[in-house]
Formats: sequence, C-alpha cells, structure tokens
Amino acid sequence: MITFDVERIRQEFPILRQKVRGKPLVYLDSAATSQKPQVVIDALSHYYQAENANVHRGVYYLSELATNAYEGTRVKIKDALNANSIKEIVFVRGTTEGINLVASSYGRKNVKEGDEIIISAMEHHSNIVPWQMLCEETGAKLRVIPINDDGELIVEEFEKLLNKKTKLVAIVHTSNSLGTINPIKRLVDIAHDHNVPVLVDGAQALPHGQIDVKKLGCDFFVFSSHKVFGPTGVGVLYAKEALLEKMPPYQGGGDMIKSVTFEKTLYNDLPHRFEAGTPNIAGVIGLGKALDYVAGIGYEKIAAYEHELLNYATAALSTIKPLRIIGTAREKAAVISFVIEGIHPHDVGTILDRDGIAVRTGHHCTQPVMERFKVPATSRASFAFYNTKAEADLLVKGIHSVIKLMN
Amino acid sequence: MDELRELYQQVILDHNKNPKNFGKLESANRTAEGYNPLCGDRIDLYLQVDDGVIKDISFQGSGCAISKSSASVMTTVLKGKSTAEAEQLFKKFQKLITSEHGAEPDLKEIGKLAIFCGVREFPLRVKCAGLAWHTMLAALKNEPIPVSTE
Repeated sequence: MITFDVERIRQEFPILRQKVRGKPLVYLDSAATSQKPQVVIDALSHYYQAENANVHRGVYYLSELATNAYEGTRVKIKDALNANSIKEIVFVRGTTEGINLVASSYGRKNVKEGDEIIISAMEHHSNIVPWQMLCEETGAKLRVIPINDDGELIVEEFEKLLNKKTKLVAIVHTSNSLGTINPIKRLVDIAHDHNVPVLVDGAQALPHGQIDVKKLGCDFFVFSSHKVFGPTGVGVLYAKEALLEKMPPYQGGGDMIKSVTFEKTLYNDLPHRFEAGTPNIAGVIGLGKALDYVAGIGYEKIAAYEHELLNYATAALSTIKPLRIIGTAREKAAVISFVIEGIHPHDVGTILDRDGIAVRTGHHCTQPVMERFKVPATSRASFAFYNTKAEADLLVKGIHSVIKLMN
Repeated sequence: MDELRELYQQVILDHNKNPKNFGKLESANRTAEGYNPLCGDRIDLYLQVDDGVIKDISFQGSGCAISKSSASVMTTVLKGKSTAEAEQLFKKFQKLITSEHGAEPDLKEIGKLAIFCGVREFPLRVKCAGLAWHTMLAALKNEPIPVSTE
C-alpha cells in the first residue's frame, strides 16, 4: 500500500487550482512540459528580487550571491546524477541544445566519411535531426535500431548494427510518444564492448525516476529542466570528463575563455569552456530548487505512485472499445498514446479541451514512430505525480463524450 | 458543449465519414499538396481546369474531421465555378472562419460553407478548415512546393 498524499502535493502547484473553460484543469501533458511547484516559482522571483547579477564576473556582493547560487546548483546536479565532478556538468538551453552540442563538437571531431551513428526508431526529432545534419556534413551514415509492435527496442538488431564503423550510439531513455523505458545499461554495455560511446536522451527519464550516470555507464546524458518541474530554457549535459576534455568548444564568447588577444585565445577550463555568454542564471537556480523538491518527495515514492496511476489509467482506457493504445512495452513510464477508430486525434483534443482536459495530439515530434505504427497522429495522456486516479476517470468520461459527439 | 455542437455540425460529421469527390482525379491538369506539420493533416488536391473553369475536382488524404469535411464541401462548391470565382470564395471562406464572434455571415454569399462558422470559436482549428482552400489556391497557381497553413 503506497502512502502518497497527492492532494497535499497538488496544493503546491498553483496552476492546478485554476479552472479552464469553467471546469477544473485536468493537466495530462506533463511529457510536453511539467507544471511548476510554488518553490520553483518563488526561487525565480527571489533571484530577480534579491540576487540578480551576472555570474563569474563582479567582485561585489550580489555577483558573489548569484555565482554561488548558480555554481551551487551545478554541485547539486553533479550529486543528483552521481557524476564524478562538476567539470562534467554543462548547462545548456535544454535537451535539444545538449544533443546539438555533442553532435557539433564531439561529432565533427570524431565522425568521418563512411562512419556510422546509431539511433533508434523511437527517437524524438531532437535526437534524429542533429545526427542527420552531422551525417550530411561528414558523409557518415545514420543507422536505426528497429522496434517491435509493443514499441520495444529490438536489442538483437542493435547488436547486429554495431561494427567497426560505428562512432556513436544516441538513444532515448524513455520514449515521449510510447512511454517505453529502454534497457539503457544493457545497451551501454553492448556498445562499450565495441568501444562505442553512448549518448542518452534523458528528457523523459528524470521526471519519473532517479538517474545514476555511473550505474548506467553512459558517456553523455542530457535532460531539460522544464520537464522536471523546473523553468523552461535550461537543461544539462553530463559528459564524461575524459571525453569533454578533448572536445572543441561549441560556441565562442565570454565566459568560455581564459584570455583573448587577436593572435590567440586561451579557452577556459571545464565546464565553463562549453558555456559561452551569460547563462540562464535564474533558470539554473530554479532547476536546482525543482530537483530538491522532487528529491524531497522521493524518487521511489514517485515511481511507485506513477506506476499505479499508469496501470489504473491503462485499465480504464482499455475498456473503451474503439480505443487502441499505441505503445505497450513491459517497461513503461506513465505515458499513454492512443487512437480512436474513425476519430482524428485533433478532434479528440479539441473536445476534451472543452472539459478542461489537456492532452497532446499530433505526432509528438516522433514522426517515424507514427509511421512505424501506421497512424497519422495519436492523442497522448501523460501523467506526473500530481495527477490522480480521479483525473484518469475524467479522461475516460471525456473520451466517451468524444465518441458520442463524433458519431 | 454548444460551441462544440456548432463546430461539429451533423453535416460536417457526415462529410467527414463519407467525403464527396474523394480519390484521385485522372483527368487533373492542376494538382497541389497541402500539409500541416503540426497536426499531420495531409491533402492532395486534383483539379481539371478548362478555359478558366473548374470542370472537375477531387481530393485525397487524411486529417481531422474539420480539415476533411472542409475539403469535401469545398470540392462540391467549386465544381463548375470559374477560377476567379474560386479565388473570391477563398477570401469569403477565410473571412468566415476568422470573423469576430457574433458577426453574422452573409448566407447568400457563402451558401453551404456557412456550416463552418463554428470554427471561428476555435482559433487553433482555423488552420484545419483552411488547409484545403490554401491547397486549392496553390493548385490554381501550379505551385510545386507543398503548402502549409502553419
């Protein structure tokens, strides 16, 4: 029996108290972006009200405060991910920029014509396009690990794809459109047997459970703040120090240098070498608060509660006859994609919205997944620990009204 | 619920289920492809234009009820019209789906297109209703690139 006081947690998310079109908001789109607890909102305004100054520059009081808060968060994230050193934690704009950084810096240096990069069939566009761009530039080839009808990665096929030409594996931890949780450690071990480094897109992983980069063994891990209850516009790239050390800078500018003359520029030490320009200081501080908040509730408790929600919602939705769930992996996060026979997801989304229910409709930035399952789009309900079984019931009720209205 | 009923009127639902002029038109001399990347709505439009008159018209594709029924109704309205009339209707239809709440559509001008007046209450769905029409304009101009209402 799980003791999880969801009502108390909901009180900490001010946005959840509001009504939408006269109905209580039922927010089932946390895989797109999560809502923010009051502590995170307060941290942002506190920073701007009491600590705002540029970091790593001033010798005055406020700059010291801001620098401490910013760098303090880096330590916090190093600990949260169980990284070896703060040198391995680079702040970026989000998962997308983190992947682009690796593709452009590590990729351009290490990937040559004829080489291969492996991704999977369930990647988000942000873990496809940067590699395609790199392949186009270098003449390398993109290889894709297929998935089965449940939306699970076919590991045997992955093993077959690895060869001497493989330079990198870039793989999603948890699929945003199918909910599938991939066996990352196993995949990393296999790749490492072939001396191939692995980048993990962790955008959907951290909201649902703790990440230990040492246990996973991955070489790069990327995630976004806004999906883990923090502000938008900030994310983290974890990279093993030995790799990062050899990577050329991604962007040039202030903060990433030690000294500049017109003849020669000396680059800064890690991780600052990869953080050109004034960073999103408030965002980083907010992310730190968000991670504190999640850790305060407890990752294990969250995972157990969400698992219960997923099972409950899956069972409830399965009672609707014309509804088909896309993505039925054994290991799954609380993300349910579905299609209803004869009714386009966009119509589903519009009608549910009138009941105050927010679901995502479309291809979820995973067009190849839609093609794999031969659907133009899906509706997707994604749950966070602030959602309730009662909300799952409202979703089911809403879908019944959709079916009634559209027939 | 009333706004939803107005959006999803029975005629719209009927066109969605049994679209008119659905399929490829072999005699087409003008075609265009319409695509909304955000929704994934896709339409291929076929026109047979002789002496400035739309002699025949059909469409294929997949999309939501609004985009599909809009395409279906459009084909029934445009068959037999001159290209100049089609362009005029395009403008009137755009006006209808983007007009202010409460503005009464001129029924004489737009005829059966009036069933789409509920769309204006759903700004996010205006693109769905407009896709077929934008594609039609592109086909008349023979534009080779897929059009998008994003």
